[in-house]
Amino acid sequence: MSNEKDWPLWEIFIRSRAGLNHKHVGSLHAADAEMAIENARDVYTRRNEGISIWVVESKYIKASNPADEESLFEPASDKIYRHPTFYDLPDELKHM
Amino acid sequence: MSESSMLKRFEDKIQREIKIEPRDWMPDEYRKTLVRQISQHAHSEIVGMLPEGNWVTRAPSMRRKVALIAKVQDEAGHGLYLYSAAETLGTSRKEMIDDLHSGKAKYSSIFNYPTLSWADIGAIGWLVDGAAIINQVMLCRTSYGPYARAMVRICKEESFHQRQGYEIMLTLARGSEEQKAMAQDALNRWWWPSLMMFGPPDHESKHSAQSMAWKIKRKSNDELRQSFVDATVPQAKLIDLVIPDPDLKWNEDRGHYDFGEIDWEEFWNVVKGNGPCNKQRLEARNKAHDEGKWVREAAAAFAEKQATRRKDVQQKIAS
Repeated sequence: MSNEKDWPLWEIFIRSRAGLNHKHVGSLHAADAEMAIENARDVYTRRNEGISIWVVESKYIKASNPADEESLFEPASDKIYRHPTFYDLPDELKHM
Repeated sequence: MSESSMLKRFEDKIQREIKIEPRDWMPDEYRKTLVRQISQHAHSEIVGMLPEGNWVTRAPSMRRKVALIAKVQDEAGHGLYLYSAAETLGTSRKEMIDDLHSGKAKYSSIFNYPTLSWADIGAIGWLVDGAAIINQVMLCRTSYGPYARAMVRICKEESFHQRQGYEIMLTLARGSEEQKAMAQDALNRWWWPSLMMFGPPDHESKHSAQSMAWKIKRKSNDELRQSFVDATVPQAKLIDLVIPDPDLKWNEDRGHYDFGEIDWEEFWNVVKGNGPCNKQRLEARNKAHDEGKWVREAAAAFAEKQATRRKDVQQKIAS
């Protein structure tokens, strides 16, 4: 048993191909950002899964509280007029 | 919100197949069960590299060698995905690694058997990965989000593992008399331990009922074991190898293969640390960790120095 501390934890985001968003794929430990990118390349892109990597130290991510889920996201659920299907238009109208 | 209403909400989510995520409220026992199971699973991936690593330098061709290295590298990655999933539950990498190295934590007993010949690499890919895949396909639907996501990634990567193992067995089985005998010998030694991988029979499995209720597990040990036997018997026939079980036969009524009694005494004996390689595996893990200490320390020192330098430069620019 040692007194060693774990290296910091990093969240890894991968762009799978040009034109797509970077997407969260998981996390890993690394001593610094450069090492986090190298490790991410080795564990998350072994089969051509990506062309670009972002790493963010986990402690810098601020997340919404799951307990606030209703107050944050419920208000959008009854606003069907925000969707195109809400509007009644004649069938003759094409391409809109 | 009171604990009982949070519990109700949690159970309702489980019922409606909504995944539980790291920051959601969950019962302590659910958290504990997951930490135990996911960390054991991670340890199994890591210790699982040892029996196969044993043959990397002696693989019979370059084709076999690159495949085996890729497979062992995958296992390291799988260990990482699982450790990360466990860490979302509030444990640390260090705690888990310390528990593995002190012998407190368990890993799959199958890795306490030795790899005596090249055919064992075939048998491991075919049987051990085959059994693991059956378990892991089920776990892709487990109720804890990070565990399920790790499993999806692992299953995707692992589909080549079983095929490379079976290809090794097939090549040996169609080779010389000696090669065929090697393949049969490996099957003889790995068959029963592979069946044990699914854990004790349902009536003796103490965590099973609760894990099923929480949808951590979706199928019982015995159900999974039966799927494995049903899938594997025709594969053995195809390459003309004989499964070492005189009681194995198709049961028309059940629509499944019946199979012989498993030696649970052997299973418990290996779990308790008395298998052929338990000691050797832990020694190898501890040695690797201890000998890598200076590298970890050097990397941490370098990162700190770089960070200090960056800060100095920023201060100079600011002033």
